[in-house]
Amino acid sequence: MATKTVTLEIKRQASPDSPAVWEKFELEWRPGMNVISAMMEIAANPFTTDGRETTPIAYDSNCLEEICGSCAMRINGKARMACSALVDNFEQPIKVEPLSKFPLVRDLQVDRSVLFENLKAVKAWVPIDGTYDLGAGPRMFPQEQEVRYPLSNCISCACCMEVCPQFNDETGFVGAATIAQVKLFNSHPTGKVLAEDRLRALAGDGGVQECGFAQNCVEVCPKGIPLTDAISDVSRDVLLQKAKDLFRS
Amino acid sequence: MASPRIIVVGGGLAGLSAVIKIAEAGGSVDLFSIVPVKRSHSVCAQGGINAAKNLKGEGDTTAAHFDDTIYGGDFLANQTPVKAMCEAAPGIIDLLDRMGVPFNRTPEGLLDFRRFGGTLYHRTAFAGATTGQQLLYALDEQVRRFESEGKVKKYEGWEFLSAVLDGQGVIRGITAMDLRSMEVRAFPAEAVILATGGNGAIFGKSTNSVVCTGSAQSAVFQQGAYYANGEFIQVHPTAIPGDDKLRLMSESARGEGGRVWVPRKSGDPRPFKQIPESDRWYFLEEWYPKYGNLVPRDVATRAIFRAVYEFGLGIDGQPMVYLDLTHIDRETLNRKLEGILEIYEKFVGDDPREVPMKIFPGMHYTMGGLWVDFNQMTNIPGLFAVGECEYQYHGANRLGANSLMSCIHGGFITGPIALKYAKSLPAIEGDGGAAAEVQRQTEINKALITNQGNENPFKLWRELGSTMTEHATVIRYNKGLQQADEKIVELMDRFTKVNLSDKSQWANTSFAFTRQLGNMLELGRVIVQGALLRDESRGAHYKPDFPDRNDEKFLKTTKASYTGTVEGPKFEFEDVDTQFITPRPRRYDAAK
Repeated sequence: MATKTVTLEIKRQASPDSPAVWEKFELEWRPGMNVISAMMEIAANPFTTDGRETTPIAYDSNCLEEICGSCAMRINGKARMACSALVDNFEQPIKVEPLSKFPLVRDLQVDRSVLFENLKAVKAWVPIDGTYDLGAGPRMFPQEQEVRYPLSNCISCACCMEVCPQFNDETGFVGAATIAQVKLFNSHPTGKVLAEDRLRALAGDGGVQECGFAQNCVEVCPKGIPLTDAISDVSRDVLLQKAKDLFRS
Repeated sequence: MASPRIIVVGGGLAGLSAVIKIAEAGGSVDLFSIVPVKRSHSVCAQGGINAAKNLKGEGDTTAAHFDDTIYGGDFLANQTPVKAMCEAAPGIIDLLDRMGVPFNRTPEGLLDFRRFGGTLYHRTAFAGATTGQQLLYALDEQVRRFESEGKVKKYEGWEFLSAVLDGQGVIRGITAMDLRSMEVRAFPAEAVILATGGNGAIFGKSTNSVVCTGSAQSAVFQQGAYYANGEFIQVHPTAIPGDDKLRLMSESARGEGGRVWVPRKSGDPRPFKQIPESDRWYFLEEWYPKYGNLVPRDVATRAIFRAVYEFGLGIDGQPMVYLDLTHIDRETLNRKLEGILEIYEKFVGDDPREVPMKIFPGMHYTMGGLWVDFNQMTNIPGLFAVGECEYQYHGANRLGANSLMSCIHGGFITGPIALKYAKSLPAIEGDGGAAAEVQRQTEINKALITNQGNENPFKLWRELGSTMTEHATVIRYNKGLQQADEKIVELMDRFTKVNLSDKSQWANTSFAFTRQLGNMLELGRVIVQGALLRDESRGAHYKPDFPDRNDEKFLKTTKASYTGTVEGPKFEFEDVDTQFITPRPRRYDAAK
């Protein structure tokens, strides 16, 4: 009996300036196999379907539990985390490509540091006085926690940015993840002391008004974060802030 | 005088905690991490963080937390630092709350607490079932704030290679490799804090993240640092077996009422719903009526092994048991455990709210690590270690939800200590050995990339993992440990014949991995030989041939040092600080 196999086609690029090539791999199927474990297998046996020796695939990964946000890539055309991409759920050959909207490093590795820079720009933190013991934090009801917690689940995978038609060099749009973090920190009793700064950071070019309500972000988010709700809420607050600033000046 | 420059290696909870304290005190920090720090392994911690806040009217105290921790660790932990951690814990929870961690709340708006293993109190604060992620993000945000103020410089995508030691053996900086350009550089510092986490990769599949190789610890071990209690490896009782890794199923599943059982009849073919209560064996509840499903991890792990291997009662004859939540209503499960239930659903395909989960023990945590003194300093002057990479807080077995606290507390105390040390350090002579160390590392790289042989590093790694898992986890025999040591020596020899299929000098991930593998092999011998020497059973270290704890001979810290010889590491034993709680027998079948 022939053993069951899994076929993958992986887009390779040795460096940002090298040409892209597709390589095809056929692997023995194993239960529970996902795209990362398939690439681990390739690393141990780096041969393409036509028997040519190649190099292990370069990709980012860490936790393999869909919580660190490292292994975002496009699988059969859709941005998602590779660790939770069970091969049984995909049509073969499974096509694996890097995210397309970020500078390519090598193979499936891209540079998503723009997201961390955006978080700096909107001051995505609670400005505490210091780390010495100052007693209990602000009281917060479960209902408030239940709003904040899902927003705080963002793993910075950048899938929402990848699929957003407005996320490109022309608009300079910050993307849904950053906007949701603004909502998170503006809803914190201490965090909201910086609310005006955050809203102003999202008021100009590349800010929240660039959103075209394509709603791709909320569909692709592996954590099910209510991104479009967050964008609506923050849009409203940005408008109010603009009006306030206009009135003050 | 300019403010001292401190290097922190590792951006998980321990590393970030140290960074925050140093930046707050006016020091400058260079923070090195293989991955962007927000992607560190701390995100994987699920269940919670322990502190005796006593908000449930149970009369919990920091003294009770201290006693549970020492008792749970089978008296192997030095008591002074553990006592300090338990006393600091309630204040740390308040601070994390102030930083905006979305902890679960009571109806009155106070922090909620759940139960965890090895205690009878509700002592564990939690944020859904993703507590580690939420804590890491809170610290990451504070560090980003300092970064934007210019007090912290991040080197993400750089891997630590070695310590730069001067003529007196004092650390003067580190060498690190840029994982894109593969450039090796020296970075000067007056003090260095390693916060490089666990070493699960030595066991092949574990619950750890990919970066948890123990490579940095092994590198400084080979440069003269002591490695302590390496043989104490925690195998988590409830992991989800997987093709690429073992995924953790948090202890909080049992803390919220999850029950472990197997069908009483071997190979019972009925689906679980048709198996009546009378045909189910809740063996943990039967064997440990007081703690039930919440016995400490080492106890639960061995019990599951017994049920499966001794009684032959694994589900469908496979090494798996049920972890059952189906008696709890969906709404409660979603509110308290959603994150982990989603993981199970996603990676296994069954809904654990409807179908009991199938789980089995998996390598999870190293209690052992770099030896440090009560100031968190290794025996290399100026080199500190915090978090899972050091040995200090958990003795022979770690209690659930104590790791997050030990990381944060360790980081918080080490930051200021390192700063103080750095301020009193005599001036450097010349470059402190930096150029020579860069030269040494560059030569290692050159030799590896041009090596001509026929061995594939990933295959060697699989062999290491399977031998370690077989001989050096739940049940240990001296014969098997001996075999494992011989196997590692064989792998070390074959490692010299590694041939990299990728010889490029750009983002060469297999090259970086192969360097880590070399270090994993060295640390593997420390674990195996340490276990071989310890002829007793204590905490996570269990030898059927020596089933009892032997305080007379082994109430001692194991200290390994590097010799570079074929025989492998050299061992010595150090007395344990037991000044507060006198060791007593550890048993969980009755209240202590």
